[in-house]
Amino acid sequence: MPDHSPTMALSPPPEAPWPDTLTRVPYWVFQRPDVAALEQTHVFRGETWNYLCLEAELAEPGDYRATTLGGVPILAVRDHDGEIYAFENRCAHRGALIALEDFGKAREFTCVYHAWSYDLQGNLKGVAFKDGIKGQGGMPDCFRMADHSPRKLRTATVCGLVFASASDTVPPIEEYLGDEILDRIERVLGGRRIEVIGRFTQVLPNNWKLYVENVRDSYHASLLHLFFTTFELNKLSMKGGLIVSEAGGNHVSWAAVDREAEARRATSEYALQNLRAESGYRLKDPSVLDGTDEFGDGVSLQILSVFPGFVLQQIQNALAIRQVVPRGVDSTDLHWTYFGFQDDTPELRLMRLRQCNLVGPAGYVSMEDGCVGGFVQRGTIGAADRHAVLEMGGTDAASTRTRATEASVRGFWKQYRRLTGL
Amino acid sequence: MQLADIMAAQARYAHCIDEGRLEEWPDFFLPDCLYRITTAENHRLGFAAGLIWADSRGMLEDRVAALREANIYERHAYRHLLGLPLITRADPDGTRSETPFLVARVMRDGATDLYATGRYLDLWVADEAGTPRLRERIVVCDSSRIDTLLALPL
Repeated sequence: MPDHSPTMALSPPPEAPWPDTLTRVPYWVFQRPDVAALEQTHVFRGETWNYLCLEAELAEPGDYRATTLGGVPILAVRDHDGEIYAFENRCAHRGALIALEDFGKAREFTCVYHAWSYDLQGNLKGVAFKDGIKGQGGMPDCFRMADHSPRKLRTATVCGLVFASASDTVPPIEEYLGDEILDRIERVLGGRRIEVIGRFTQVLPNNWKLYVENVRDSYHASLLHLFFTTFELNKLSMKGGLIVSEAGGNHVSWAAVDREAEARRATSEYALQNLRAESGYRLKDPSVLDGTDEFGDGVSLQILSVFPGFVLQQIQNALAIRQVVPRGVDSTDLHWTYFGFQDDTPELRLMRLRQCNLVGPAGYVSMEDGCVGGFVQRGTIGAADRHAVLEMGGTDAASTRTRATEASVRGFWKQYRRLTGL
Repeated sequence: MQLADIMAAQARYAHCIDEGRLEEWPDFFLPDCLYRITTAENHRLGFAAGLIWADSRGMLEDRVAALREANIYERHAYRHLLGLPLITRADPDGTRSETPFLVARVMRDGATDLYATGRYLDLWVADEAGTPRLRERIVVCDSSRIDTLLALPL
């Protein structure tokens, strides 16, 4: 056996370089723990706004929710001044969680470990035995409570959505979203009072970026999700498009009934031909899809994402927020909040409940998204020297009138690479 | 309706799903029924939405057809272990029972995980032949976390 250098034998496997194009993504970006660590500082704690919770979940002073920013535990609280505050759910003393419930109402927060207490804005207000007992022990004279508190975050609300940022330099939320994205958020939520109707967490066996790519991937929708085509439910001519924000990371994918094409079709033989069954499958109870054009613009689908991990979904009348939370290199929590509005009629509410069958972990048109990321995670083992190919619809990350494109996936990587420097 | 009748129906229900005879699964329900999968937290808070929400047997048949023909998921099977039903109310409208369950998921590569624990909140009504049928089944999972996806019914 020839001599060999153990150093050579133990050197890491070759990794693909990341060329200066949005059309290639090396698989190691979904695999490396050091990339995940970099994301914590440069993405989640970087110049981004991250969804925390709904304002409706913090209705009154003292209401709090334990939530997360990129996996870091966060408390979002409404104080008596009416403002919403957010700070890390971590005691400034020894790092224990301050609040142990997912939500509740508090006058103050007290860490269970040594009873250090905090006000609703996260300011340290009490240190047990600060002056010692009978003149013995206690904190040194130089200890100042004002110097110790959990890290605080900036907060901003948009149409009842609470966002937070750890960055002092991130632009204001409206600028970060951009007018087009803001308009589409207002389209769904503007002037409405949100009512939560369900909360579920889906544990995805993949890196968080594989899920946020999937959300932005308008190319896969009719190919992976076969529910509508199998049951021949998409009889209407649809039009749609894609909006990609300037920085790349926010997007809207939308589809609407094309009324003009429908009018043309009604007078053509195409209409008759289209009635011929191909699969032979029909829903026995199509009321699962009963819906109404509640926003008055014929848009039956609007999937909206905000970099890095926020999604607002309107699929007919099924409305939901999805919060994407990394839990490890190959594990992601997807927090679903299904909602309606306080002024929903009973009929509309029933439509939402039935249409919820379309979405979520058991959704007719979304269950595949729960497993496909895992297929990539497992499929790319040992492939750190390989790239994903993102050339559908060109090489750029611009808005288009088609959804047969990967433009918004490229947009995600555009913003990701600018923030991480990778 | 006797406890033994409900236990027998529960055993057939679990056997039907675990043996992959999903086409027979809707027959455990009356045509006018409610089947909903939720979690303990949602149930406690009174949230009406479900992971699956069906208010007719036709919707359950559609669910099976979709799983067979449309939806894509990795091949897997369940093993249900059911506890003893607790009859919580019996009156002319039917018999209400609560039955704890534990479901292991066996993936195609053999990996077996504890997929879900919870309880069935049921309303049973005897059909013309005296067989208990479900007017209502609320599947309340203990955990709020669902691994990967929920395809096969619980």
